[in-house]
Amino acid sequence: MRSSAFKLFRIRGGVHPEGRKQDTCGQPIRELPMPALLRIPLQQHIGAPAQPEVRRGDRVLKGQLLATSQGLISAPVHAPTSGVIKSIGKFPAPHASGLPVRTITLEPDGEDRWIDLDPQATPLHLEPDDIAERVAAAGIVGMGGATFPSAVKLGLRERFELHTLVINAAECEPYLTCDDRLMRERAHEIIDGIRITLHGLQVNKALVAIENNKPEAIAAMTEAARAFDEITIVAVPVRYPMGSEKHLVQTLTGKETPARSLTADIGIVVHNVATVRAIGEAVRFGRPLISRVVTVGGGAVHEPGNLQVPIGAPVEALIEACGGLREEPAKLLSGGPMMGQPLPELRVPVVKGTSGILALTTAEVASKPTMPCIRCASCVDVCPCGLLPLEMANRARNADLQGAADFGLMDCVSCGSCSYVCPAHIPLVQYFNYAKGALVEQQRAKHKQEETKRLAAARAERMERLAAAKREAMAKRKAEMAAKKAREAEAAQAAEADDAATEPTDAPVNKLAEPQVGT
Amino acid sequence: MNLITPPAPHIHSGNRVSSMMTKVILALIPAIIAYTWFFGWGLVINTAIAVTTAVASEALMLRLRRRRLAPFLGDGSAILTGMLLAFSIPPLAPWWITVLGAAFALIVGKHLYGGLGYNPFNPAMVGYVMLLISFPREMTAWMHPYILEQLEIGFTDTLGMIFLGHYPYDLSLDALSSATPLDLVKTELGTNNTVSEIMANNALFGDFAGTGWEWVGNWLLLGGVLLIYQRVITWHIPVAILSTLFVIGSFFFLADPDTYPSPLFHIFGGATLIGAFFIATDPVSASTTPRGRIVYGIGIGVLIYVIRTWGGYPDAVAFAVLLMNMAAPTIDYYTQPRVYGHPGGKA
Repeated sequence: MRSSAFKLFRIRGGVHPEGRKQDTCGQPIRELPMPALLRIPLQQHIGAPAQPEVRRGDRVLKGQLLATSQGLISAPVHAPTSGVIKSIGKFPAPHASGLPVRTITLEPDGEDRWIDLDPQATPLHLEPDDIAERVAAAGIVGMGGATFPSAVKLGLRERFELHTLVINAAECEPYLTCDDRLMRERAHEIIDGIRITLHGLQVNKALVAIENNKPEAIAAMTEAARAFDEITIVAVPVRYPMGSEKHLVQTLTGKETPARSLTADIGIVVHNVATVRAIGEAVRFGRPLISRVVTVGGGAVHEPGNLQVPIGAPVEALIEACGGLREEPAKLLSGGPMMGQPLPELRVPVVKGTSGILALTTAEVASKPTMPCIRCASCVDVCPCGLLPLEMANRARNADLQGAADFGLMDCVSCGSCSYVCPAHIPLVQYFNYAKGALVEQQRAKHKQEETKRLAAARAERMERLAAAKREAMAKRKAEMAAKKAREAEAAQAAEADDAATEPTDAPVNKLAEPQVGT
Repeated sequence: MNLITPPAPHIHSGNRVSSMMTKVILALIPAIIAYTWFFGWGLVINTAIAVTTAVASEALMLRLRRRRLAPFLGDGSAILTGMLLAFSIPPLAPWWITVLGAAFALIVGKHLYGGLGYNPFNPAMVGYVMLLISFPREMTAWMHPYILEQLEIGFTDTLGMIFLGHYPYDLSLDALSSATPLDLVKTELGTNNTVSEIMANNALFGDFAGTGWEWVGNWLLLGGVLLIYQRVITWHIPVAILSTLFVIGSFFFLADPDTYPSPLFHIFGGATLIGAFFIATDPVSASTTPRGRIVYGIGIGVLIYVIRTWGGYPDAVAFAVLLMNMAAPTIDYYTQPRVYGHPGGKA
């Protein structure tokens, strides 16, 4: 069902960066030729890294479990193809730091032979908990980039009263078209995934939000959803950051998610469109998450396009498959240009959260030297969170973290709209990310200090109590001595009076030697 | 491959301080042409003097403060300050007035506070007010709009008047100049004339404000609307100033049209339009929050009316702007937008 009359609500601020999607949105998804080696990091998700279940030299089949999830918030990792485990060691992460992370290296054998799968012909008859379990076992995480384990989100129904599933297909980042292509080519699989997710959440309403610069995707999805009244395809305005979860929910419902809460607090769960497709694949066919669609774009790439990529493929293989680089890129990114991460090198692998690989030219980046803030308040006008970025940056720059926090630092979603419009080219988001990190660190230190202080105070109090007990004992002994003296004097007097004096013989007990409480 | 890159966002709108300043400068040019049409070459010459002095002062101060010259001279802010100051000075003012004002604006009004982005007051208005207070005679000798119809005063004549004090046709400055319409209304009201009598009997007045001035005003309005359309400024400040003046002006005009001129006279008279679109909107010294800009604009509108009507000066835009500049940080503090997810207000 498509509702063109669906009532939408306006979000505050936002920017309109040039889409630059035309290079890739018109081309079908191509299969990346299997690379010679796959490097599969054990942490491709928020939470605890997975624990390897295989050893060097093991032969594995496609879809076989390589590493199991650890703890509540974690996700397992599976073999993207059949082959031999070459090593389990450290390899640079697809992250700006380039720090080595624990990684399984798999050499494909070229056979691409599946493990025995456990398909489920009637997934809508499963128990909701079984669906969550299958999703967890398939290693599905948020594929929009946040990489939060999806099964945990399915479990939210136990803690919150949910009423709506929102599918985030806004794809508001420039350049990226992987979700657009997926919707055009795999609309029925997505709709199946949505129905399974609805059943898993025990919710009977789904809204699929697509920015209206993707008419083909909207048409394909509307067609695929025609038979299902519970699914509504909603065209939302093109405005960055429309794909920000909380802002998308506000656009669709007019409701704001309270600060530092989940959208589940207002009864809504949001999943990325590629994620629900993966959920469908996992529950209906038993296939774990072992590949994804990645947009390879940017002016420095010869033939930009969308590729179906096995997890663990090196970035250089993707660029090679797209005709290689036409010039040395000014920036190499994972994700979109507004919130993506710079990549340290070309060897790093594609992971579950990699939506795009962008090689941008100097002209595309348009970076200029920073000038002083002229207080033009462009940043205030575009901030979707109602913050005053210029004031926050001022304070963050002067290490006044509390000041920045008072201006709402922790409510910033780091969407980058402020930096994008700043005429002085001030790296506002950089200041905020620094300040957020420093603030968290500071709070941790403060907590530690308070704990130390509390313990010190407790100790001082204990010592004081001991000293008091000692003083009391001393006073008691003094009083006893005095009483004894008085008794002796009395006795002496009496003896004198009786003329029959006898010396007291009982020596005083050393009252000081009372047992002491250990310190 | 050198891939050391700053964090996201990795693209930019392309907006720059210099392009914002350039747009403001361009938006001012139609009004400068109209001004020159009605009042002769004085403004063009003054603008040249003011801009040269402003840029030279900026360079000198950057030198003294050991800052790099290129990015700051290239940002266009000194040029704009010079242009706005020249616009505020009578077209036949002697050259040293303009030089003094522009140097004071840049050196004291801007760089002693820390340069671009740090000045709490609008530098052009700081320069103007210094001149107005220190040299009231030179600063109130405005050109009579019909002089150019009666006398042929060319570019070299104007140069001679400004630089050498040589007046053509053996005239004096007093003979060439007159009060502004605002000034005239103020003094004549003091002699128990009604507004309509004053306006009917004087060639200074055009259809709804001063002759010539009303046309300059139209072009300023057009330039200002273009700036809003180009998103260099937002509508808040100009709309707040103009509607406040209109509301208060209408109220008094309707109550007593003999004593209080019409609201249009206030809007098109004096420096209201250049103030509303080009001066009060100077980002550095104005309020930065959406609600704050409205409060700031209302404050300026009220102060303009109060000072013009009951104060000692015929025009008041400069004073109103400077006073509200002072209040801007406080206004910002109390008008912070509501933060997402905090129904009660700020974070």
